[in-house]
Amino acid sequence: MIAPPFTPEHDLFRQNLRTYVERELAPHALEWDEAGIFPREVFRGLAELGALGVNYPEEVGGSGGDYWHVVVLAEELVRSHNSGVNMGILVQAQIATPIIEEIGTAEQKREFLAPALAGDKIAALGISEPDTGSDVANIKTTARRVGDDYVINGAKMWITNGTRADFITLAVRTGGAGYGGISLLTFPTDAKGFSVSKKLEKVGNLSSDTALLFFEDCRVPVRYLLGEEDAGFYHIMTNFQGERLVASIGAVAGMQQMVEDAIRYGNERGAFGKPLVKFQVWRHKLVEHLTSIEAARWLTYRACDLFARKEPAVKEISMSKLFAGDLMQRVVYDCMQLHGGMGYVVETPIARAFRDVRLLTIGGGTSEIMKEIIAKLVPGF
Amino acid sequence: MKILTTVKRVEDYESKIKVRPDQTWIVTEGVNYRANPFDEIAVEEALRLRDANMPSEVVVVSVGPAAAATEIRSGLAMGADRGILVKHDAFVDSDGVARLLQKVIEQEKPDLVLMGKQAVDVDDNVAGQLVAEYLGWGQATFASKKESLESPEEKAKKPGLKLSADKKSVQAAREVDGGLEVLEVQLPAIVTVDLRLNVPRYASLPNIMKAKKKPIQELTPQGLSVDVTPKVKVLKVEPPPARTAGIKVPDVATLVQKLHAEAKVI
Ligand SMILES: Cc1cc2nc3c(=O)[nH]c(=O)nc-3n(C[C@H](O)[C@H](O)[C@H](O)COP(=O)(O)OP(=O)(O)OC[C@H]3O[C@@H](n4cnc5c(N)ncnc54)[C@H](O)[C@@H]3O)c2cc1C
Repeated sequence: MIAPPFTPEHDLFRQNLRTYVERELAPHALEWDEAGIFPREVFRGLAELGALGVNYPEEVGGSGGDYWHVVVLAEELVRSHNSGVNMGILVQAQIATPIIEEIGTAEQKREFLAPALAGDKIAALGISEPDTGSDVANIKTTARRVGDDYVINGAKMWITNGTRADFITLAVRTGGAGYGGISLLTFPTDAKGFSVSKKLEKVGNLSSDTALLFFEDCRVPVRYLLGEEDAGFYHIMTNFQGERLVASIGAVAGMQQMVEDAIRYGNERGAFGKPLVKFQVWRHKLVEHLTSIEAARWLTYRACDLFARKEPAVKEISMSKLFAGDLMQRVVYDCMQLHGGMGYVVETPIARAFRDVRLLTIGGGTSEIMKEIIAKLVPGF
Repeated sequence: MKILTTVKRVEDYESKIKVRPDQTWIVTEGVNYRANPFDEIAVEEALRLRDANMPSEVVVVSVGPAAAATEIRSGLAMGADRGILVKHDAFVDSDGVARLLQKVIEQEKPDLVLMGKQAVDVDDNVAGQLVAEYLGWGQATFASKKESLESPEEKAKKPGLKLSADKKSVQAAREVDGGLEVLEVQLPAIVTVDLRLNVPRYASLPNIMKAKKKPIQELTPQGLSVDVTPKVKVLKVEPPPARTAGIKVPDVATLVQKLHAEAKVI
């Protein structure tokens, strides 16, 4: 791949999505952050565009696109200027659901996947727990087999879409300690004994609901098991790849937008008799960032290319998340600084981005964990 | 009924347009293209009329380079049935476009032709009128919706153009100073559409994928026996004057004084 294989179909999807995001989402960015939630209709609206089913096959209600359509989706969502919405949508379309398509039964696809892609059911991914995030192999939530049911007990923490999810792609312990005892289930949240304990107040991504969830003797039928019993850890690690990749793509597009906004602002805003961009210190800083962003983009596209061709991509994906996530902290800092006082006013997108981007080195696997993964994949350590 | 619509490939209004140093045209490298927004409104209206009057067909026609197939696909992805590309790489002036369309229309024999009132690239606003003239057909220009774009009619995706019961004529409302003028034109006719006729639908990804399989027929000016040597020559293109920095005024009195004495607008 020398250039990303965007065809006219990708361009048309981008055009339509962009218009939709700018017209239907962006105007509400502040309002939804203030409300701490975005309307359910956003899922439906994007579903109608085929943006939730983007790369899923038509048989399960997908749009029949390829991974480069996912790239377009993650890039264009950024124009909503609302990271909470982006996260909610990407969890729905690319984080909680791909594993159902890969290893789910026909029934699971019909009952959970298809309605999620249609925007009728909200999906969440439940892996992290109050006591364990990075150390996934150590989760404590148990699923005990009783007859034809699993009985689930435990808690899940920081679950995106958690207050209103209709189902959760849930990691549970079915076997002994360690990674070999973990399974994945599709868990309908109308199960008795399930409760949303708390909506967490966060630093950023305010419009996205993040929850602490409790499971008390919740019964789900054994047929809701995803894949093989005790093989869940492997599937979780596979699933993380898609999650990290959309995070990287969104980060690159987000940084590009921040710098472009900063350049625009720096042209409009003057000090000491000239526009800010005419000060060499700012010009240099911004083009340095553009250069790094370009490097991040090509590393990410490289990871996308491998991932799209189903080649091993764990190293490249981890590198792109590490690189883009860390870079974004510096880009947002400088772009905010260029905005001066307006950069500290929440009305300005860069001010909200400043809060939101902190998540990039934490969620979906921290920067430290990315480094651990990369170190395992290069010889010499 | 058969409805023919036209779609022009134009520079994306979001792209930064720069004039070439020799001032003969704009810099085309790095510019994004899209379908002329007025034409999208024409396609939308055609689809609504088709769906309200089945069986009907919507044909999308574009004059332009091979890449203009993308803008035809855009119309097909919205729901049009098939496309025709009159392929020509060089500049064609509005008269050339009109003469090409005349030939295509004579071949296709549609009942109604819907066109954007103008293309947002050069804003000529003459192609529709010329086509009507060359065909000797009636025309209604700048069709608008009587109801607002927030109205229940628009929400229900009702056509703004009203087809008569016998399908022999169509009514179009046009915005004129301070009101609406309603015209009834005999079919076949040319109708050009204004911004406030409808809100075009989005093309969903599944429909974009399906559009790939819809047929696009390719024609050429030679094949249609039309000489498209431009009769209008672009002598010079100039960028709009650069915006000069604004000033801050301390109070309303100074503002009024400056508007009067310097800007001379009041
Ligand atoms: C807004 C938000 C949304 C989220 N959404 C979801 C969701 O939908 N579903 C879900 O399951 N989870 C979700 N999470 C959880 C997220 O995945 C975890 O927070 C993340 O994986 C980190 O885990 P932790 O919080 O337990 O941190 P810890 O694992 O406790 O880590 C704390 C610190 O120690 C470092 N550390 C840990 N291990 C090592 C090591 N081996 N070497 C060096 N340093 C190490 C970490 O890098 C970090 O800096 C979300 C989190 C947030 C904040």
